[in-house]
Amino acid sequence: MSNEAVLHAPAEAGLHLDAHGDDHHEHHHHETFISKYVFSQDHKMIAKQFLITGMVWAVLGGLMSVLFRLQLGYPDSTFPFLQDLLGKWAEGGKITPEAYYALVTTHGTVLVFFVLTAGLSGTFANFLIPLQIGARDMASPFMNMLSYWFFFAASIVMLSSLFVETGPFSGGWTAYPPLSALGDASPGSKTGMDLWLISMALFVVSSLLGGLNYIATVLNMRTKGMSMTRLPLTIWALFFTAVLGVLSFPVLFSGFILLIFDRNFGTSFYLSDIFINGVGALPNEGGSAILYQHLFWFLGHPEVYIILLPAMGMVSEILSVNSRKPIFGYMAMIGSLFAIAILAFLVWAHHMFVTGLNPFLGSVFVLLTLLIAVPSAIKVFNWLTTLWRGNIRFTPGMMFSIGFVSLFISGGLTGIWLGNSALDIHLHDTYFVIAHFHIVMGVASMFGMFAGIYHWFPKMYGRFLNNTMGYIHFWVTLAGAYLIFWPMHYQGLAGMPRRYYDYSAWESFKQFTELNRFISTVAMIVFAVQLLFLFNFFYSIFKGRKVTTTNPWGANTLEWTTPINPGHGNWVGEIPEVHRWAYDYGKDGKEFIVQTKAVGADESHH
Amino acid sequence: MEAIVKANESKRIHPQKFTLWVAMGSILMMFAGLTSAYIVKKNQSSWLEFDLPVVFWYSTAVILFSSITIHLAGKSFKAREMARYRTLITVTALLGILFIGLQVMGFMDLEARNIALTGAKSNSAASFLLVITGLHMMHVLGGVIAILVIFVKAYSSRTKNYSSLSIDMVGLYWHFVDILWVYLFIFYNWIG
Repeated sequence: MSNEAVLHAPAEAGLHLDAHGDDHHEHHHHETFISKYVFSQDHKMIAKQFLITGMVWAVLGGLMSVLFRLQLGYPDSTFPFLQDLLGKWAEGGKITPEAYYALVTTHGTVLVFFVLTAGLSGTFANFLIPLQIGARDMASPFMNMLSYWFFFAASIVMLSSLFVETGPFSGGWTAYPPLSALGDASPGSKTGMDLWLISMALFVVSSLLGGLNYIATVLNMRTKGMSMTRLPLTIWALFFTAVLGVLSFPVLFSGFILLIFDRNFGTSFYLSDIFINGVGALPNEGGSAILYQHLFWFLGHPEVYIILLPAMGMVSEILSVNSRKPIFGYMAMIGSLFAIAILAFLVWAHHMFVTGLNPFLGSVFVLLTLLIAVPSAIKVFNWLTTLWRGNIRFTPGMMFSIGFVSLFISGGLTGIWLGNSALDIHLHDTYFVIAHFHIVMGVASMFGMFAGIYHWFPKMYGRFLNNTMGYIHFWVTLAGAYLIFWPMHYQGLAGMPRRYYDYSAWESFKQFTELNRFISTVAMIVFAVQLLFLFNFFYSIFKGRKVTTTNPWGANTLEWTTPINPGHGNWVGEIPEVHRWAYDYGKDGKEFIVQTKAVGADESHH
Repeated sequence: MEAIVKANESKRIHPQKFTLWVAMGSILMMFAGLTSAYIVKKNQSSWLEFDLPVVFWYSTAVILFSSITIHLAGKSFKAREMARYRTLITVTALLGILFIGLQVMGFMDLEARNIALTGAKSNSAASFLLVITGLHMMHVLGGVIAILVIFVKAYSSRTKNYSSLSIDMVGLYWHFVDILWVYLFIFYNWIG
C-alpha cells in the first residue's frame, strides 16, 4: 500500500493528502496555535517537543549532579546559597544525606529515561524516520502525539515529586526493594516513590506507543524504491532501538506491577524477613528482592542499547557525510546492530554477579557479555575506516561524532573488565563502574545527541547553529568528560564505593580529597558550557545564519530533498522515488549522488 | 471506494494491523516476564501449593466459545449480513464480561478457602495468580471496549462502512487474549 493510501484511509491521520492529484498536496486544515505547536500530529513538531522537554530535563539532571558533586568535592564546606535553593534539604548550606540520595537517584532516573531515552530516540526517531524513509508522517500520527503527551505527563509527575514534603525517591535509580517497596524504609520511599512509580508507568506507556509507531513506520511506510538495504544507518539503528524498547519495557512494567502490589497491597513478592527500626518486624515472608533485579535488568540492560544505538546510527551517518566517503561495511554495520540487539537480551545478569548468582550461570553471562565486544569492535573499525583518507569537514556535528567514537572506545574497553565476573567482585558498585557507564553510555550518547542536533538543526529550524560556540562546546565537553570520569577509574580500583555521602570519613579514601575536588570543579565548568550550548540553540532558532540551499551538507539522504522549512507532509508534490543506497559519496568522481537520482548507464558497479 | 478497500486487503499488511501484531508481541513479553518470575519464585522456599478454582475451567470454555462467535462475526461482516454481525459481536462482548465475572468468582473461591491473595497473610503463589490473571482480565476488558467501539459504528446509520479492518483487528486481538488465557491456564495447571 502506498503512503498516500495509508494517510488517506484512517480518519485519525488528520491530514488529507490527495491520493490522486499531484499539484495540491499542501492544502492543510487551517492550523491554529494549539494544533500546530501544542497538540501537533506533525512528526517534526513532536520531535522538537521531545527535544526541548529533554533539554529541560538535561539541565535539571545536570544541575543535580553539580549539587551532589559540590558535596563530594567540598564535604567540609557550607554554601549558603544551597539553603536558599533547597531549603530544609540543605540546612545551613550543606546538603543533607537524604537530599544527597534523592539528588543521586533523580539524576540517574532523569538522565537515563527522560533525557537519553525520550530526549534522544524520541527526538530523532520522530524527526528522521519519516524524512529519511520518504513518508509524509508516522504510521499513526495520533499515537505519536499521545506518546509525547504521556512523556509530558510522566515529566510533570516526576517534577512534582521534587516538591513533596518527604522528598523525591532516594533509593537509587534502579529502585530496588525493600527501599522502593516500603514507605517506612526512608523518607524518599513514601510519596516520592509513589510518584516515581506513576511517572515511570506513564513513561513506559509513552515509550511503547512511540516504539510501536517507529517499527510500523519503518517496515510499512517506505517510499518506492527504498528497500531495507537502502536505508540510512540512522533508520536501522532507530528501528532496532524501537524493537528493544517494545520487547523490554513490558518486562520492566511487570516488575513495577509486582512492586506496586508489595507497596500497596501487602503481598510478598520481593519482601521477606524485614525489620525496620522504629516499626518492628514485618509479616512479609518468602519474597525475593533478587527477583526484582532480574525483572529490572531484563529491561535495564537493553535500555543501555536503547540509549546507545540511536547515537551509533546518527554518528555513522554524520561520519560518512562529512568524510565524503561511503560508510565502510554497510552490511556489517547492520549485522552488528542486529547482533547487539540480540545480545542485549542475554546479558542482564552481569549486573548481578555479586547477588549470589550461581557461578556456572555467571560464567555463561560472562561469555555472552564479552561477545558484545565483537559487534562493537566491528562498528569501531568501520567508523575509523570510514574516516580513513576521507576528505574530512570538521563541522561541529562531525567533531561530536568523532568524539563519540573516542568515548565509545575508552568506555567500551572497561566494559571488558567489568564483564568478567571475577574482576566484577572487586569492582562492583565502585567508582570504576560509574566511570565506565558514564563514558560509554552517558557521555557517548550525549555526544551522539549533540552531533545529531548540530547536524540536523538546519533541517529542524532552517538556520545553522553558531560554529564558534559549537567548537568551544565540543572541546570543553570532551576534555571535561575525560577529566571527570578518567580519574574515577583509579578511585574505583582503589575500592571507593559509589553512593557514599562523605568519603573524607574513611581513612582509605582520604587520599582522594583533592581529586574529588578537581572532578567537582571540572563538572561545574562542563555544566556551564552546556548553558552556552543552550544559548546557542535558542538564539539560533531565531537569529542563526539562514539556510539558503535545501542540501547544505551535500548529503544523499531524503530529508535534504524537502523544502528548507518543510510543512506537514514533508514534500511538496509527490514523494521522491529512491534509486540507490544512501552512501554514494565520491563515486565515479562525483562528490555525492543523492538517493533520488536514477542509476545512469555509465555508472560503475552499483 | 470498493477499489480502495480491495487495495487495502491485497498482499501487504495494513500498518495499523501490523502495529497490533507488534503490540501483541509486547504484551506477550509482559506475561513472559511475569510467568518467568512465577517459575523463579516457585523454586524458592515457602511456596504454597493449592488447587486452582474449578470455575477457571468454565471461564476457559467461555473464552474459547467467544473466539468462535467473533470469528463468525467477521465472516458475517464480509458477507454483509449486518444483523447477524451485530448479534454476534454483542454475544462476544457479553461472553467477555461473563469471562471476567467467572474469573472474579475464582478469586472469591480462593478467598473462601482461606487462601489470601493480598495482605500480610498472603503467599506469593496466590498473589501471582491474582496479578497475572488480573492483568489478563484487564486485557479482555480492553477487547470488550474495542467491541463496543465497533458496535457503535455498526449502529450508526450515517456512514456505511465496508472496510473490514476494524473487525479484523478486534477479532485478531480477541483471539490473542483467548490464546493468552489458554497459555496461562496450561501454565498454572501443568507447567508452573
